[in-house]
Amino acid sequence: MSTPPNPARSIRDWLTSRPAAAGPERFLRGATADVSLTRLIDSMRDGARLAGRSVLVVARDQLDAALALIELDGTARRLILATPDLPSEHLPALVADADVDTIVSERHDFPISDSRFLMPTEWVLLTSGTSGAPKMVVHTFASLTAPIGHSLAQGADVVWGTFYDIRRYGGLQILLRAVLGHGSLVLSGAGEPVGDYLARLGAHGATHISGTPSHWRRALMSPNARAIAPRYIRLSGEIADQGILNALRSFYPGAVISHAFASTEAGVGFEVSDGLEGFPASMVDAAGDVPIRVDDGSLRIRSAGNAVRYLGGEQQARLADADGFVDTGDIVERRGDRYYFLGRRSGLINVGGLKVYPEEVEAAINRHPAVRMSMVRSARSALTGSLVAAEVVLKKEPAAGGRSVDFKREILQICHDSLAPHKIPATIRFVPSLEMAAAGKLARHA
Amino acid sequence: MSVRAAVISQIEQIADEDRKSLPPLTDDLALLDSGLDSLGVAILVARLEEVLGFDPFTESDDVAYPVTLGDFIRFYEHASESRTVDSGLAH
Repeated sequence: MSTPPNPARSIRDWLTSRPAAAGPERFLRGATADVSLTRLIDSMRDGARLAGRSVLVVARDQLDAALALIELDGTARRLILATPDLPSEHLPALVADADVDTIVSERHDFPISDSRFLMPTEWVLLTSGTSGAPKMVVHTFASLTAPIGHSLAQGADVVWGTFYDIRRYGGLQILLRAVLGHGSLVLSGAGEPVGDYLARLGAHGATHISGTPSHWRRALMSPNARAIAPRYIRLSGEIADQGILNALRSFYPGAVISHAFASTEAGVGFEVSDGLEGFPASMVDAAGDVPIRVDDGSLRIRSAGNAVRYLGGEQQARLADADGFVDTGDIVERRGDRYYFLGRRSGLINVGGLKVYPEEVEAAINRHPAVRMSMVRSARSALTGSLVAAEVVLKKEPAAGGRSVDFKREILQICHDSLAPHKIPATIRFVPSLEMAAAGKLARHA
Repeated sequence: MSVRAAVISQIEQIADEDRKSLPPLTDDLALLDSGLDSLGVAILVARLEEVLGFDPFTESDDVAYPVTLGDFIRFYEHASESRTVDSGLAH
């Protein structure tokens, strides 16, 4: 799976250097229909982000232009009103002479040659950290699009859908595939029930749909699962077990079903489309653009799709080893000619694609005054891959009967008040003691 | 407690913990419309394993994911019956 070098430096660069077959008009109507200038102006309102700037306003629509002028007057240092018939070859000179540092427009095809506007943008994605505070992971256009390459499904007949949010790595990959491939993307609404989203995907004829195995299990549990007829189904973000692969195969017999190994830090490692869980052992240590290794039981990936570095508090943490491999922390085991995923080295729990660090949940449980200590580990779930299971040692044995039920309810209440829903223990078991490993740490193993 | 009663009681308990109100729990109610989201259904399955001692979803790679509450209860009842038959044969 070799990926050709990608000369584009940005989304704009890509789109202008590889115009859609149907011309830019189709792109504007298809891919950016929702990104109206009005909404852009709305988003500026809070931060007065254009304060003090020299702003060139280039709008197709007079109403959009009017809203921009009203909003920016008194905030911007200078407003340059581009007339609707302004030939675009004059723009670079205008930008230079008027010292323009911001352009407000719904158009994407500016021939910008001013070097002040051209720089590799850092994309900072958030992922869960041990303490509950998010880790910041830095990508670039090059690293985000490295996995896309020539495998990109092209064309106006490609309609993407994703159960992911586009602000997570898995969803952002789909947004980029849709935009760069000149396709369309049906996004889910905030809080939209899965059945409604499936109905909309069906109505728009979605051809390529992605999500975690848990997203897909949830989709298959919806009465609207028959509303979609995808040609391509992609699973990532969690271990795809044989159960979900078989269920999708029998539900959508016409679809190519592919499970990808990907994480925010490591990028997309590889895709497997043979309908079987795990991945062929022949992929390890093979030559290619994305070499993978298994060292000390865990999967390591080196690719142009790896994140660049961490930002903020994690800045010192190393992302890649001396050979440039990112340790995914996923433990794999070889059985015959295939590798299978066993779980996470750190004890990190993956609940339906969302990460949970046990320490954070234990800290919440330990706030209950009757709790001496607790250990949180991963419990297998056929529906969300894993769930959070807690074992709790009380300071005093509860009296027979009711008390332990009360404690359970109170502990759950504390967790409900301080943790995201996927981090709340699904089960709580009271035990007389917990096993400690060397160095006094809890012996975490699933 | 019957399998059905165990399922209903656990759904009510999980909804109560989430402070969610439940619609009438009829057999043709879509499971994901029951007030439980997919995480809630996963928790339901884990709690039922504690109460009933089995998780029918992990017993085979060929699982039809239940759509309605009735499907879900029948799935558990069927698994419970085949376990009784199996253990009967074993003795």
